[in-house]
Amino acid sequence: MTDAAMSEDNTPKELEAALEKAPETEAVKALPIKVRATDVNVFYGDNHALKDVTIDIPEHRVTAFIGPSGCGKSTFLRCINRMNDTIDICRIEGKIEIDDRDIYDRSIDVVQLRAKVGMVFQKPNPFPKSIYDNIAYGPRIHGMVAGKTDTDEMVEASLKRAGLWAEVKDRLAQPGTSLSGGQQQRLCIARAIAVSPQVILMDEPCSALDPIATARIEELIDELRRNFTIVIVTHSMQQAARVSQKTAFFHLGVLVEQGNTEQIFTNPVDKRTQDYITGRFG
Amino acid sequence: MNSLILVAVLLLLSAIGYQFGRKRALAGTGGEIRGLHSLPGYYGAYVALWCALPALLVIAIWLSAQGGIVDSLLIAGLPASAQTLSTGELSLLLSDIRNLASGDITSRTPSPMVLAAAERYNDLRSTGFAAMVVVGLALGMAGFFFGWRAINPEFRARPRVERIVHWALIVASAIAILTTIGIVMSLLFESIRFFSRVSPVEFLFGLNWSPQTALRAEQVGSTGAFGAVPIFAGTFLITIIAMLVAVPVGLFSAIYMAEYASPRFRAIIKPILEILAGIPTVVYGFFAALTIAPFFRGFGESIGLDVASESALAAGVVMGIMIIPFVSSLSDDVINAVPQSLRDGSFAMGATHSETIRQVIIPAALPGIVGSVLLATSRAIGETMIVVMAAGLASNLTANPLEAVTTVTVQIVTLLVGDQEFDSSKTLAAFALGLVLFVITLCLNVIALSVVRKYREKYD
Repeated sequence: MTDAAMSEDNTPKELEAALEKAPETEAVKALPIKVRATDVNVFYGDNHALKDVTIDIPEHRVTAFIGPSGCGKSTFLRCINRMNDTIDICRIEGKIEIDDRDIYDRSIDVVQLRAKVGMVFQKPNPFPKSIYDNIAYGPRIHGMVAGKTDTDEMVEASLKRAGLWAEVKDRLAQPGTSLSGGQQQRLCIARAIAVSPQVILMDEPCSALDPIATARIEELIDELRRNFTIVIVTHSMQQAARVSQKTAFFHLGVLVEQGNTEQIFTNPVDKRTQDYITGRFG
Repeated sequence: MNSLILVAVLLLLSAIGYQFGRKRALAGTGGEIRGLHSLPGYYGAYVALWCALPALLVIAIWLSAQGGIVDSLLIAGLPASAQTLSTGELSLLLSDIRNLASGDITSRTPSPMVLAAAERYNDLRSTGFAAMVVVGLALGMAGFFFGWRAINPEFRARPRVERIVHWALIVASAIAILTTIGIVMSLLFESIRFFSRVSPVEFLFGLNWSPQTALRAEQVGSTGAFGAVPIFAGTFLITIIAMLVAVPVGLFSAIYMAEYASPRFRAIIKPILEILAGIPTVVYGFFAALTIAPFFRGFGESIGLDVASESALAAGVVMGIMIIPFVSSLSDDVINAVPQSLRDGSFAMGATHSETIRQVIIPAALPGIVGSVLLATSRAIGETMIVVMAAGLASNLTANPLEAVTTVTVQIVTLLVGDQEFDSSKTLAAFALGLVLFVITLCLNVIALSVVRKYREKYD
């Protein structure tokens, strides 16, 4: 679905209805902070993609990043597990701390960081392996499992937590690519949680899925936040309203406004936020 | 005026036809392109094709048939004494007549009969040519008017022109296929002649290869032994050595270039590696014979090994170097084709670069890699020049890479080089070897393609 099509049916009334259905939106500020970003600037070559972003991401909550395409929300998400390191021309300034440790510090091993901060991508990207091996991949490379029974348990537990076990338990040896799109995405979530991360980053996880698969993933996100801290980038404002407790609005590389999801959607302070969520641009 | 000028005239006519067809179509709608069924160019092309195609086809058939018809007319016109000559003498006489007619030197002083026949021959040819010119031009003009008259704004020129193009494409691919079939057939028929003299069982399973046959009865030499096992063993030994060199080096350099090298380094290195593929194999051959083989022999001596001056090892290693670019270039392409999303997915799991390469990228690229290795293998099996120069001629059933062995291609070369009669078992053996070699490389290519296809379906 395109941004334009999304924003057309984003009338405030529907948003309010979505918010009422949303899980309890308790005060965010009182919670412990998992990820703290201070004055983060990102450059792609000469292009200043992200400007002075400062945000606190609370533990065991879902934080949503919204904003029009190209606003820098995915760029910021990829800074949190240093996926931007793989892009040569990308340069990052500022400070991002997880549990009060700067992840761009030289003492941090990026491999260990990514084991702690998992990621789910826009398009489901199962490895060209069996369903079983897709899940076992992470635990194996991190030496978290020893022996077959151990691995079996780990695979079963991860698939159960991702709500996929019942559907695939009889065909674990089949390739991951044989699943449907929504199942593939849940496989990718199961794969991410198999290494027991503390934070899970989701980059528009539902944009390639149909509404039913989307609903399942959203339910899953809500369950997962009990054990993980979740950051989600989404183009769908209803989705942000449904799943998140905290919302941050990005526009042209600037973090315009952040706060409780309820407050952002019902009573935005900034004019740009208001225009965006009422569908006047984006 | 010769046939080339006639063809040029027809092409000029069809170029004029193109302009006329275009004009007539546009005139039909008063210059309004949108009123036409097809774009004006299609009407032009329609007339041009009608101009050129039938006439050129008839000319082509005429030219190929004329020689035979003229000859038979000529023979029919010869005096009765000449009619009874044997085929060999008759063809000598005919070539005398032809040579005389074209002003060349003849094998003997021409008799009056030959002189008269030469004149008749020239007459027949010029009459035939004049008739061809008339028919060709008439057909061209007729096609012009037929095509030109058919044109009006509703006329569907595009589908017709496209159908001709469609057939042209079919003909082009048929040429490639028919040539292949022709080659296989010539191999097959010569091989059948060979196998009528030497039993296929002896050829395929015999352990003794000695194709020289005695020319005179008292000559020391043999009746020839055609057991091909030693030379196929030699071929496989050298191929295996070559693959042992080419696969690791090629694959590792592909991985380095695709995964680790900076884009600038890659832009420089990849073309340089591909230069290897552009070196003529004969250059590799003397590199093997003059540099690598003496090096191995000297090295062998220094550690107390007896290495032949022409060893399977030297030929195999150089052949391996030659096919490195095949493996590396193709593998590099398939590794690059692995979607970035898979790399991202693996990195995001906390995998290191080498874990990602070993467990995600190589498995995903495996079908392409296997395909490239098999293609390189069939290239190595068919390679000739290096082994001719560096591997030796002695057929030797051995698995020791330090000894001289010979290969199928080397034997084919030595059997057919020089003045040879083409009906002895010795020369015919070359065709049988070629056939077996062809079957082996064909099987390898089929396996390579099916492996690639099978796994591609699975992973995409």
